[in-house]
Amino acid sequence: MPAVRIKDHWREQRMFDRRALVVGALMALATVGLIGRLILLQVVRHEYYSELSQGNRVRTEPIPAARGLMLDRNGEVVAANQPAYQLELVPEEVPNIRDTLARLVALGLLRSDEIDELMRTIASSRSFDSVPIRLRMSDDDVARFAVRRFEFQGIDIKTRQTRWYPNGDLAVHALGYVGAISEQDLKHIDRAAYAGTALIGKLGVESTFEDQLHGKNGFREVLVNAQGRSVERQGAFVPNLRTRAPAAGEDILLSVDLKLQRVAEAALSGHRGAVVALDPANGDVLALVSLPGFDPNLFARGITSAEYGALANDIDRPLFNRVLRGVYPPGSTVKPLLALAALTYHVVDPQAHRYCAGQFHLPGSSFIYREYHNEHHGYVDLDEAVVVSCDVYFYGLADALGIERIAAFMAPFGFGSLTGIDVGGEKSGILPSKEWKEKAFARPADRAWFPGETVSIGIGQGYLSVTPLQLAHYASIVAARGKIWKPRLVTGFRDPRGGAVRRLAPVSDGEVGGIAPTDWERVVRDMVGVTQRGTAAAIGAHAPYTFGGKTGTAQVFTVARTERYNAKNINERLRDHSWFIAFAPADAPRIALAVIEENGGAGASAAAPIARKVLDAYLLGDDGKVKPAPPPAAAAKSAASQT
Amino acid sequence: MIYEEVPYGSRTRRTLTGAARVLFALQIDGPLVAGLGLIAAFGLIVLYSASGQSTGTVVRTVMRLTLGTVAMLLLARVNPNFLRRSTPWLYAAGVFLLLIVAAFGHTGLGAQRWLNLGLFRFQPSELMKLAVPMTCAWYLYERPLPPSVLSLVALAGLILLPVGLVALEPDLGTAALIAVAGALVIVLAGLRARVMLALLAIAAVCAWFGWSFMHDYQRRRVLTFLNPQTDPLGAGYHIIQSQIAIGSGGVFGKGWMNGSQAQLEFLPERSTDFVFAVVGEEFGLLGLLLLLLLYLFVVARSIYLATQTQDTFARLLAGSIALTFFVYVLINAGMVTGLLPVVGVPLPLVSYGGSSVVTLLAGFGILMALYSRRKLVGS
Repeated sequence: MPAVRIKDHWREQRMFDRRALVVGALMALATVGLIGRLILLQVVRHEYYSELSQGNRVRTEPIPAARGLMLDRNGEVVAANQPAYQLELVPEEVPNIRDTLARLVALGLLRSDEIDELMRTIASSRSFDSVPIRLRMSDDDVARFAVRRFEFQGIDIKTRQTRWYPNGDLAVHALGYVGAISEQDLKHIDRAAYAGTALIGKLGVESTFEDQLHGKNGFREVLVNAQGRSVERQGAFVPNLRTRAPAAGEDILLSVDLKLQRVAEAALSGHRGAVVALDPANGDVLALVSLPGFDPNLFARGITSAEYGALANDIDRPLFNRVLRGVYPPGSTVKPLLALAALTYHVVDPQAHRYCAGQFHLPGSSFIYREYHNEHHGYVDLDEAVVVSCDVYFYGLADALGIERIAAFMAPFGFGSLTGIDVGGEKSGILPSKEWKEKAFARPADRAWFPGETVSIGIGQGYLSVTPLQLAHYASIVAARGKIWKPRLVTGFRDPRGGAVRRLAPVSDGEVGGIAPTDWERVVRDMVGVTQRGTAAAIGAHAPYTFGGKTGTAQVFTVARTERYNAKNINERLRDHSWFIAFAPADAPRIALAVIEENGGAGASAAAPIARKVLDAYLLGDDGKVKPAPPPAAAAKSAASQT
Repeated sequence: MIYEEVPYGSRTRRTLTGAARVLFALQIDGPLVAGLGLIAAFGLIVLYSASGQSTGTVVRTVMRLTLGTVAMLLLARVNPNFLRRSTPWLYAAGVFLLLIVAAFGHTGLGAQRWLNLGLFRFQPSELMKLAVPMTCAWYLYERPLPPSVLSLVALAGLILLPVGLVALEPDLGTAALIAVAGALVIVLAGLRARVMLALLAIAAVCAWFGWSFMHDYQRRRVLTFLNPQTDPLGAGYHIIQSQIAIGSGGVFGKGWMNGSQAQLEFLPERSTDFVFAVVGEEFGLLGLLLLLLLYLFVVARSIYLATQTQDTFARLLAGSIALTFFVYVLINAGMVTGLLPVVGVPLPLVSYGGSSVVTLLAGFGILMALYSRRKLVGS
């Protein structure tokens, strides 16, 4: 029989009290644990969580700095900033995105093959962010959209700052251009400094002086909520947020004279080639032409792959900077220099005449070096050989000098080395020597120097090669009677706020030593002779100033020894390159230049007339008389006062 | 046994002041109501800020509080005998309504827990929060304590039937709270320690058994549930943001309506389940301690009242109501501070929404009813 349990109220009351006390105590203990947790969070780790909370609520938005302008030596703006129009879409405000895009296609503002890509971009954006769907709107596009705007809810025209080159392709190979920041660029820039900036300098001055032009971005702290949407207030409270104004990039003052640049480009237009004009007194690049060029605005506004493909695959290579990177044999333009070498080393008697029968061969060799066009110059002395550009004379002269002396003499004039111009990408060409050949060739049989190779250098052929910039640099050194200035495109910087100008001093590279003043004058006189009675007499005629010059014809293609070179019979692109170097006025040069017209034929007929136009434009006033030389500071002042 | 009012009993023979007379007439406990009132008032201040300065939220909460207060005042006057006798009917009605919910319930937020009664929607599971402990206390009322094994089995059945139905809705948080309310009655009834340990051991074995049969993805789910920080963008997002809110509040807080986590909506559920974090962010450690102090006061007073009641039903029920209230606080605070897994348990009297405010205040009404009729007149 089971024990009957009687309800004991008093005992149960006591047990309940005990239980209630125990459970209550356990909960109090849990409360103590909870308070411990709160102290850990709110006291011990308070700093840590404060930072996290601050990071949550504040987003830093960059304010891009305005890019510095570029001004030519007369203060004309060559690179500016301009608002560009683009079409932007806010996904959450558009009722039917695909349908809307289709209607934009119908309006001719989008291409139908862009839709899928755009849909992907829109899908990956936040619903309240403005997504650009069409860049580079023309005024026509803007007008077309504006009248139908009411039909396109959630789509609007926005403006952004972009680079603007008011003169299009003018001087593009000097300025360079800005383009979209590439993966490659990202490797060597500070991403933070480029936040909010889509463009970066790619070539030329835009690239080399990127640091000065770019400026310093500002920022704005924005209060954001959990969705990343920026909000005005945090509850009832407007927080104190920091803002730093951007510092615009410095304006760059260029040495280029745009008027001269225009003349030079017009003179060379329709041809491939290059014109470089330098100021022999300080190395300023007065004009830098490489044709064909391209419109840098294409890159600044976002180039399409079709447009880029067209430029990159163009047989005339418009993207190629011929001035800095085009390497050509200098042809006869080196003859004055070899004459100077011969005078300096006393290897010839300048008065002694040699007979030119149109052919030259080394003693003991049957190999025949021919005169250009198989001309016969008859008896010529040194001066006459330069004036009429007698190849036979210079074959012998080069042989007499020998390659070692030629290399040693030409090197100070910048052959085989970079001129040190203040933009990147320059090539150094080749100044051949025995050492050079040792290094340049892999097979031992090719490494030896043959006397015949020296002979070719006498007329600027063979291994010798130069860039147009190097040749202009050489002309400039001759014009300055040995003074060497590093060529430069940038002459100073201007503060975008105060307008204070910081000039850069010209950079001297020393002087070519060991040459007698009389020898300088003799060679200058010979070069003047070229333009008065020599190969360039036709283009030198009636010039109101005297100028020195030298024609050159660089072989692209070796004509068989038994054939005659006939321009008409060979492919246009295999024709000789036409060179001309010059400086003027001869006694006190203010400009030195080199002109190359690719496949232009003889120097006198193609390149020399271009050079004359450039010289005239620079030296002559509107009245056709020689302008007085401006005092050195005048150009600087006018550049500063223009803006 | 008959309960009777003893208006001129030893305790009440003193001359009563005006306010005390009113309280006495209403049969409510002054300190307890004051504590509840302070929590509710603090809650309204927090809620105005946490809801993004929504006056509507505050007004709706005041209306619910008013409704709850009316329920409390009415229930405080009910005769405990009547309450006890009607308990089985209440339980039966509750289970019946849960079955109806299971069959035709209105779906809200992915869970079927509402009955649409035309004028207002009603959650039968809220009713069960009170009905289940009442039923347990009713069952144990005349039986000798501590409960026998047979009683325990019967009680387990009485608890698990509604808990199972609520869990199926699915509303695991409420199901757990109902189970806790019932279990507390059994614990207070003197459940032997060795039985408790045995039950814990059985639970552990079941858990281990279940774990070994789980797929990897299921295990990961369980682990994420237990430690949400492992999934910072999913389940962990809530808890990480609430810890940032509390931690960044520091000792003194960022100031009312000035908590960036709450105001800028980084903190999810900021006016409902995670309102505790808003208190921590805007009022700091001091604000949280004040709130916990108020809760502790209410619970201590409630336990005191429970010990003063005179029969088993009243004691067990009052004790369960008092302790369940604090379990809510601990679970909610534990979840918001990252000590416990995230289960949908609101912070009593502060969190916005639901019928839980009414249920809570109704529970305190019952508690006061049980207390005010404490004087036993022997038959």
